[in-house]
Amino acid sequence: MAQAIQQQDVARRKWILRPATREAITGWLFAMPWIIGFIVFTLGPMIFSLYTSFTRYNITTAPVWIGMENYQALFDDPRFYISLRNTFWLVAVKIPVVVIASICIALLLNLDLPGARAFRAIFYLPNVLAGVAAIFLWRWILAPDGLFNRALAVFGISGPAWFYDPLWTKPGIVVMGMWWIGGNILIYLASLKGIPAQLYEAAAIDGATGWTKTRYITLPMLSPTIFFQVVTGIIGAFQIFTTAYIIAGQGSEDVGKGGPSQSLLFYVLYLYNRAFGKSGPGGFQMGYASAMAWILFLIILAITLLQLWLARRWVYYESEGQ
Amino acid sequence: MAVAVEQPPRAEALRNERRRPSFSIGALLAWLLLASLSILFLVPFFWMLSTSLKDIRDLMDTRWIPQRIAWENYRDAFSFGMWRRWTLNTIIITAVAMFGTLLSTSLVAYAFARLRWPGRDTLFSLVLATMMLPGIVTMIPQFILFSKLPAFGLQGSTYWVNTFLPLTVPAFTGNAFYIFLLRQFMRGIPMELSEAARIDGASEMRIWWNIVMPLTKPALAAIAIFTFQFTWEDFVGPLLYLQSEELYTLQLGLRQFEFAYGGAPAWNWLMAASLVVMLPVVIIFLLFQRYFIEGVTLTGMGGR
Repeated sequence: MAQAIQQQDVARRKWILRPATREAITGWLFAMPWIIGFIVFTLGPMIFSLYTSFTRYNITTAPVWIGMENYQALFDDPRFYISLRNTFWLVAVKIPVVVIASICIALLLNLDLPGARAFRAIFYLPNVLAGVAAIFLWRWILAPDGLFNRALAVFGISGPAWFYDPLWTKPGIVVMGMWWIGGNILIYLASLKGIPAQLYEAAAIDGATGWTKTRYITLPMLSPTIFFQVVTGIIGAFQIFTTAYIIAGQGSEDVGKGGPSQSLLFYVLYLYNRAFGKSGPGGFQMGYASAMAWILFLIILAITLLQLWLARRWVYYESEGQ
Repeated sequence: MAVAVEQPPRAEALRNERRRPSFSIGALLAWLLLASLSILFLVPFFWMLSTSLKDIRDLMDTRWIPQRIAWENYRDAFSFGMWRRWTLNTIIITAVAMFGTLLSTSLVAYAFARLRWPGRDTLFSLVLATMMLPGIVTMIPQFILFSKLPAFGLQGSTYWVNTFLPLTVPAFTGNAFYIFLLRQFMRGIPMELSEAARIDGASEMRIWWNIVMPLTKPALAAIAIFTFQFTWEDFVGPLLYLQSEELYTLQLGLRQFEFAYGGAPAWNWLMAASLVVMLPVVIIFLLFQRYFIEGVTLTGMGGR
């Protein structure tokens, strides 16, 4: 009897004090800010947005269920296709250019030439300036008679009107995007520094030369980094907004309309016009815009999954134990 | 064994050889290429400075040093618009966001890195998954949410929209990239330190604050700097949520020059104001370069 009571007592004390339980509760409490944020600002909104995409909703009046109408309207909307085409163009051109340019510069920096640290800082400096100011600066530099075209003129090239010529607006965005590859350069450089020197030594003993080493050692060892950069780069490029918003609005109070011949009407800019635009089509069409957001989400998801599948063919992962 | 002894000096010799400035033609060409590329990267800054000092009539002048240096642009650019107010707003929003981000990400990362609890690993994969989630999917429903949440008259607004709340409160719920970065960092701290403190009767809060936080300083510094930069330069957030002019941030304020010169941008004023708005970020970069560079490589946040 006495023993039973004692056991019960121990069990109770155990329940109160058991370190594992206490740690579990503490763990959940410490993680709570993120859990609450995830539910309130991510999961909840996502579910609500999915629902909204099947309704007609302008925030002020209650949403009206209209089934697939938004999606059907989207597939009949010429601007939807224009914005998709513009966005795919940007992703397809910008990503490879950025990857190749930043790897080349990282390889040069990795030679550890004198001043490498200063060069590295200079290449990264523009990344510090991501705001509106920098976009305006590039609008000014790429003006038809701006600095860039004057520099081209020195070499006898007459530059295009860039952001005024529908053919050249998107190349203009790619050109200005090159100013912000510093972050990518740093990441490739860090990855290059991590390649063990023995690999190159062994290759040198086997008589490998510069290009062979790059092709068969550097690039495979770099491939996980390239993969990660391509995946995140594509996700980012699909969501281009601020640049398009500032540049497409030039020359008129009609900010955000889509630029010359709608050549800068990128997907998210169009979505913004539908949701909030005062000058674009509609405005406060939250249902339509939510449907657009979900389609973009599915496109990005599909492309990311495709890349994961393709990665097995070209991304080289060292076995963990080496 | 003999090989193991022999290897380090050889590797070191190789490294020393690499470090030595070489004078081969190839190296010289590479250096020249790097030097010209870095000049190209710097040119826009000089052009910005040059434009900011030009008289509005000389804007089309190609000269780098303006005919007449118009210092008054800096005074004039800030003479219209509520710049003092906008600067204060930006500082408030940035400071609160930095505080919230540091507090929440370090607490959450502590839970993931230093405590054992059921569901931890599942939740952590969820954190990683949100890193891949396009922000656009939550933009509209979040806007709807913030236009319904009551603000009880804060900043003269009935709802969260048109207050600083949508731009600051979410910072207190963490950020997937920074949680990931901090977790990696905190896992490197020996567990024995925590265990010794626990035996001495320290609470988890104390261990977090007195032991883990001081040892995580480099990562915290990187996070502070990135949050500063992103909040200072954020355009979409203020564009969506701040409607009254007296609530604007500096980034929204810059847009007022867009049509200031007969419907065209007053480039000289715009560049002058932009330079001043950019300056704090550039100064912080120059002072804390190391943390920027470490932060970029640790989080893999290179792409824009």
